[in-house]
Amino acid sequence: MGALTGEVIARSLGQVGSMVVLTFFGTLAVEIIIYLVLGKVLKSKHTLPYMLLAPAAVGLALLVVYPIGYEIRLAFTNMSLRHFRDYTLSLMQGIDNFQLAFTAPVLKQAMFFPVLGRTILWTAVNVVFHVAGGMGLALLLNRPLRGRGLYRTLLVFPWAIPQVIAVLAWRGEFHFEYGFVNVMLRSLGLQPIQWYADSFWNFAAACITNIWLGIPFMMVIILGGLQSIPSEFYEAAEMDGASGWQQFRAITLPMLRPVLTPAIILGVIWTFNNFNVPFLINRNELETTDILVTALFRAAFEYNRYGFSAAFAMITFLFLFAFALVYIRATGGLRGVYE
Amino acid sequence: MSATRKRPGNISRFFRHARGDSPFKRLIIHALLIFSCAISVYPVLRVVSVSLRPGDRLLSTSLAIIPEDATLQAYRTVIFDKPFLLWLWNSLTITVTTAIIGVILAATGAYAFSRWRFPGRAPGLVFLLTTQMIPAAMLMVPIYILAARLNLINTYRGLALAYSVSSVPFSIWILKGYYDTIPHDLEEAAMIDGATKIGTFYRIILPLSTPALAIVFLFNFMMAWNDYLLARIMLQKAEMFTWTLGIWTLAGQFRVEWGNFAAASIMIMIPVMSLFLYSSKWLISGLTLGAVKG
Repeated sequence: MGALTGEVIARSLGQVGSMVVLTFFGTLAVEIIIYLVLGKVLKSKHTLPYMLLAPAAVGLALLVVYPIGYEIRLAFTNMSLRHFRDYTLSLMQGIDNFQLAFTAPVLKQAMFFPVLGRTILWTAVNVVFHVAGGMGLALLLNRPLRGRGLYRTLLVFPWAIPQVIAVLAWRGEFHFEYGFVNVMLRSLGLQPIQWYADSFWNFAAACITNIWLGIPFMMVIILGGLQSIPSEFYEAAEMDGASGWQQFRAITLPMLRPVLTPAIILGVIWTFNNFNVPFLINRNELETTDILVTALFRAAFEYNRYGFSAAFAMITFLFLFAFALVYIRATGGLRGVYE
Repeated sequence: MSATRKRPGNISRFFRHARGDSPFKRLIIHALLIFSCAISVYPVLRVVSVSLRPGDRLLSTSLAIIPEDATLQAYRTVIFDKPFLLWLWNSLTITVTTAIIGVILAATGAYAFSRWRFPGRAPGLVFLLTTQMIPAAMLMVPIYILAARLNLINTYRGLALAYSVSSVPFSIWILKGYYDTIPHDLEEAAMIDGATKIGTFYRIILPLSTPALAIVFLFNFMMAWNDYLLARIMLQKAEMFTWTLGIWTLAGQFRVEWGNFAAASIMIMIPVMSLFLYSSKWLISGLTLGAVKG
């Protein structure tokens, strides 16, 4: 292992090349079938759009729809490392899996509802700080100010760094003895914190890291929204003697809504599904830092309970889906999406 | 600058879309911004600092950015003694393949959604949006098992295939939004001149959409380049590792490899960050185009 040799390069290019050639001919075959069946036999006037869509549709069907179907099937099996090929598929097994998710530990000790509660807390804390921090910085940046461009660039840094690097770097900096967080705490005369070993502080470390990572996105989105608000509105409000807070409530917030609503929906979904931060920051693999998606990963790939984790995954998805539906209904955030 | 009336400073003025801020207020704003910038940049500077430390002084409680005995030793170690270049090559092969396939799939699919009304269009668009909600971790089990059955574990193909589709829904939304802004007259004029539908797509729509296509390429590229989860599941042999997995092995051993981790991070960070900061204006306009316009 180790060096990048000519042999490695040739092998990788060969593998990728053969894959591209295969996909090309596969696509060609699909296109010809659609052309012949829809266009020549059925004489449909929609032949061309269907042909244009076919490659993406086939890809999504194979890599998204089929796995979802397979997952549902898996949830009704007892597949695990020991029963990888000789698993049994039955309705009873499925009911068992779903029941187990609620009644038995999903990992070694962690039960489902505490993990769900932690996930909700995680999502709420992060999104609130992202929006509040992003809003504060965007309001500051949306003023005539010297060095605005420079500030903006520096503030976007956390977003620009590859997430894995950022999280691993933060993990190092939470080291008890040598990480800068504790070094700073000590120099302020405070007690250093056991970031790795203490369950509360480990979760807090994950939150701090993720808040740091997520603020720039919200800042940039909100700044874009602020800049599109015509300044006449503020001038008119000024004439009527509205205070700054009143202007913020009556003009800025409502005008930001079309930008803010989808950004918050996305933010919630991304945070809820964030795997890298809680998983990588958790150096001692404490179950008390796991949120649903990392618990899902551990159930599947550390405890190798494939059938069970499929059921677990479906339950997780249902919670997220329910949230999204409620939120979209409440805010009308996606009105006119398919115009 | 002088259009606004000056009023005694109270806290609520902070929220106003002010033109002329008093010097004191400006000072506060600058102080707040400088403080925020320090928070956002300091952790990055720390990585730079650690990467410059000599091997025997990795563990230090010093907070200086440039250590006094700075050396490039860690960079040399990472390039020559670690499989760093191999990791980069693996990532690059998989990522470039992925991004090209992803853009082709999205460019044609989005054209169909933008220019035709056909049965299944509205449900199709909603379906694309729904896929964005599915946790990546949820599909890991079936994808892993299917890949294991098809002998795609530890191959470039398996990972490239899985990545290429995963950002297609998002790419289609962005491109559809962009195509929608291109006036239909252009295509009609070309059709009168005898061009076919496919010809106009190729000669008119695609060249006009270069900026959007670039955004989508970049998105696909970044998504695959920075992924950890799927790579962790699909690649188990060390010689197949992408850089995210490789750098994780370095960060695993805090005492020994911390400097090497930092040096490797810096070398990966610099091109990615420059690309990101350079293109962030378009990236953001692309994001809002897809999200807001619909």
